[in-house]
Amino acid sequence: MTAAFDVLIVGGGAAGLRAAIAVAETDPALRVAVVSKVYPMRSHTVSAEGGAAGVIASGDTLDEHAHDTVSGSDWLADQDAVEVFVQEAPRELIRLEHWGCPWSREPDGHVAVRAFGGMKKMRTWFAADKTGFHMLHSLFQTSLKYDSVTRFDESFVTRLLVDDGRVQGVVAVELASGRVEAIIARTVVLANGGCGRVFPFTTNANINTGDGMALAWRAGAPLKDMEFVQYHPTGLPFTGILITEAARAEGGWLLNKDGYRYLQDYDLGTPSPTPVLRSMELGPRDRLSQAFVHEVEKGRVVDTPYGPVVNLDLRHLGAKLIDSKLPFVRELCLKYQNIDPVTELVPVRPVVHYMMGGIHTDIDGATPITGLYAAGEVACVSINGANRLGSNSLPECLVFGARAGRAAAERARNAPEPGAAASAQVRDEEARLRQLLDRTDGTEEIAGLRVRMQETMEDAAGIYRTGAELAKGADTLRELQDRARSLALEDHSRTFNTQLITALELTNMLDVAEAIIASALQRTESRGAHQRTDFPARDDKQFLAHSLVHRDDDGQHQVELVPVRLTRWPPAERVYGR
Amino acid sequence: MTDTIALQVTRYRPDRETEPTVEEFAVPLHNDWAVLDGLNHIKDNMDGTLSYRWSCRMGICGSCGMMVNGEPKLTCASFLTDYGRGPVRVEPLAGFPVIRDLVVDISDFLRKLPKVKPWIVREDEEPVGAGEYLQTPAQMDAFRQFSMCINCMLCYSACPVYALDPDFVGPAAIALAQRYNLDSRDQGAEVRLDLLIHPEGIWGCTFVGECTRACPKGVDPAGAIQRYKLTAALHSVKSLLLPRGAR
Amino acid sequence: MTTGPGDFTERAGDQAYHVRPYRPPVNLLWWLRRRTYLFFVLRELSCLAVAWAVLFLMLLVRGVGEGGDAYAQYVAWARMPWVVVLNVVALAFLVLHAITWFNLTPAATVVRLRGQRVPPAVIAGSAYAGWVVVSALIAWVVLRQ
Repeated sequence: MTAAFDVLIVGGGAAGLRAAIAVAETDPALRVAVVSKVYPMRSHTVSAEGGAAGVIASGDTLDEHAHDTVSGSDWLADQDAVEVFVQEAPRELIRLEHWGCPWSREPDGHVAVRAFGGMKKMRTWFAADKTGFHMLHSLFQTSLKYDSVTRFDESFVTRLLVDDGRVQGVVAVELASGRVEAIIARTVVLANGGCGRVFPFTTNANINTGDGMALAWRAGAPLKDMEFVQYHPTGLPFTGILITEAARAEGGWLLNKDGYRYLQDYDLGTPSPTPVLRSMELGPRDRLSQAFVHEVEKGRVVDTPYGPVVNLDLRHLGAKLIDSKLPFVRELCLKYQNIDPVTELVPVRPVVHYMMGGIHTDIDGATPITGLYAAGEVACVSINGANRLGSNSLPECLVFGARAGRAAAERARNAPEPGAAASAQVRDEEARLRQLLDRTDGTEEIAGLRVRMQETMEDAAGIYRTGAELAKGADTLRELQDRARSLALEDHSRTFNTQLITALELTNMLDVAEAIIASALQRTESRGAHQRTDFPARDDKQFLAHSLVHRDDDGQHQVELVPVRLTRWPPAERVYGR
Repeated sequence: MTDTIALQVTRYRPDRETEPTVEEFAVPLHNDWAVLDGLNHIKDNMDGTLSYRWSCRMGICGSCGMMVNGEPKLTCASFLTDYGRGPVRVEPLAGFPVIRDLVVDISDFLRKLPKVKPWIVREDEEPVGAGEYLQTPAQMDAFRQFSMCINCMLCYSACPVYALDPDFVGPAAIALAQRYNLDSRDQGAEVRLDLLIHPEGIWGCTFVGECTRACPKGVDPAGAIQRYKLTAALHSVKSLLLPRGAR
Repeated sequence: MTTGPGDFTERAGDQAYHVRPYRPPVNLLWWLRRRTYLFFVLRELSCLAVAWAVLFLMLLVRGVGEGGDAYAQYVAWARMPWVVVLNVVALAFLVLHAITWFNLTPAATVVRLRGQRVPPAVIAGSAYAGWVVVSALIAWVVLRQ
């Protein structure tokens, strides 16, 4: 077989597009494919609001950004990766500015930076409160310059082709026609995002179903730190729509039902009228979400038909500031909550937002499978460890998207032609998909299984977890996996069959959900976003390590531990507000 | 027993139909449900074969554009309660070929977009080490509105010129060209002008203005095109009067 | 560049694929479907009223220039009921033409004074003001004794 492409990128968001451009710039002779199940401008990067961190202010240093990130990660981040990240982040953000990204500016024309959660200095670049939107569109429009990049829009990758420990390409369904085709490539970069839809309340879009994580895991690449699921403290109650951390960075307060700024009760500092960095509402997301749970236990939250909420108070910021710095927030509140944040309190609650975990990679995005790379939220390098700081993930997509792209390009130059064994895998996959599509004896409803999975994850793998609930959750998921073998498809058509895609996404989500639970069960400590009420303390002796989930020969999840790489910051207590 | 509202949804299954048909579904009428929530209810509980695009459900990804009661809308940003007792007619976006049910083919736009060079064009690129190109808030204001386009295609759907002449470059593509023309960091205005001064470019627009009315993000593509016409006209006059001076 | 899967090197078996996009026929009466489309078409047709007004004015100039009988003939013709009706209709369209033109000018003319954008109402307003001034001037020239 001949490779049609040198680098095949799955996913057209910030990391995927950045990788594509990196390959095109490294060597215009390399043939790049970007395969995405949606048009690139629909990728979930588009919803990111708050900002992207990079050291440019005169009083700021790389070491401080690194330290904030490491302590924010509850010391689980690999410090060599963090050092590379903080160094390259400002360069990537400037590069994006050169490509047209409309960063908000100071009056003198320099890029402006603002405060953000968990950061000691102001270093978050922002494009109003639509940072992800502007970054994605700048990247997408810039990617159109390069003739060497071929896009396969609305093509859903169902399987990685791996032979002899080497990646050979992918099998994908072209949505418009239903054709199942193999795209052979010398290297593959997975950049297809997170898996928030495994949970019932999430800021994530419908498309975030952990496809990349499942693809890699099934192909034999391990997933890392899957137990660390970030709850963003401020999502709208019914829809889960994100209200950016920037609202708090600009001065917003979190109030319980008595109008009290409750975060002061949770070792996050004392309240002051204007925001203090690394304190109170600018604490890290895991601690703020945990505080919410305690407020619920104390009965100090507001009950609504959509569950308990607290209030985000932006009234003291004034209409002028809100309209200039938080216009999208105002629009979202008015549209989806019928509330004007200028004059009213906004009900918010923690919602699942980001996966710190993902496909295990090194600092160049390489996975243990030769020729397979990963970057962005789908990957875990790890720079985010047990808890990610807001505004670190957008530059992460750029830094590691570029590194993975360059590394893939380098390997592609020297890679041998793909072997013939992949053909058999392609035929197997075509047969499997045809069987799924044509089946008329299915008994299980897709939506029913999905809802049950989400409920299970909410109960077992929420903000606070116990061994008993996790074990119960693992059993339920096993049962759901069995039931998923008899999924009923009513739509047997080939043309734009979204039910087929939904079924495939469900199987991906079930594999990812099991990985999350298996990892959470193994980690008998509390760290960052993984809090066990049966093991409430952080245990650096046993668990200053990443959990690596492999797929064994029975298709089960096996977890092993791999030490964290420390360089200059020995583990210490995480301190906020003092 | 909750109230229900009727959704009349276009179906088109090319494997067994040559023309679209309409099917009616009664969905629960919750006062915070968008039309999209109604469609999801149908797909999850009533008819899993209904195909449509959606993703972010917060009006920023541009996936879920459809005709709702004859108007091009984002179904995630239109609420069932906006339509009284109903019925609510949901049809695929007008002006585009229909692939299946509520899914239309927007590949025409994806082919046209690169042709207007929607990226920063510069004769002299600064290295990253030199820092950011300076741009004052006022300079950013000059193009900011046109940078808000989410590529939802509602403007193409509303434009009668595009319906009659599919070669028309169209509102969003021209607005994006303007976004870069007006960006102080860009030096490609001349190049884009050459690409767009022709009957299928800016001069195809007859300023109906429906695109601006349909746009959910306030981009005002009609305004972008009319300004561009003025720029183009002045440019043509200048090159006529001062053939060498205008360059 | 975007491409379909025709460039793949592996192919599936003989599956039947039904890719037949439906292209709804374009209705010739598309402009009746919406108030805004109808208004747009009327606005565009108002250019015929402009052409008529120019022709009418040129006939007046010729009549005045030739004077005497020719002028009397012109006036008699202009008084005929159908001409009057035509002129009334044309006047309505001319007013529509002028108002829509003035209201649309701000879209094309973005003026910045001291960093702030001049409000569209001011741009349109100046066009209206100019109209009033010129009309007043013409009225004075025509009506003075």
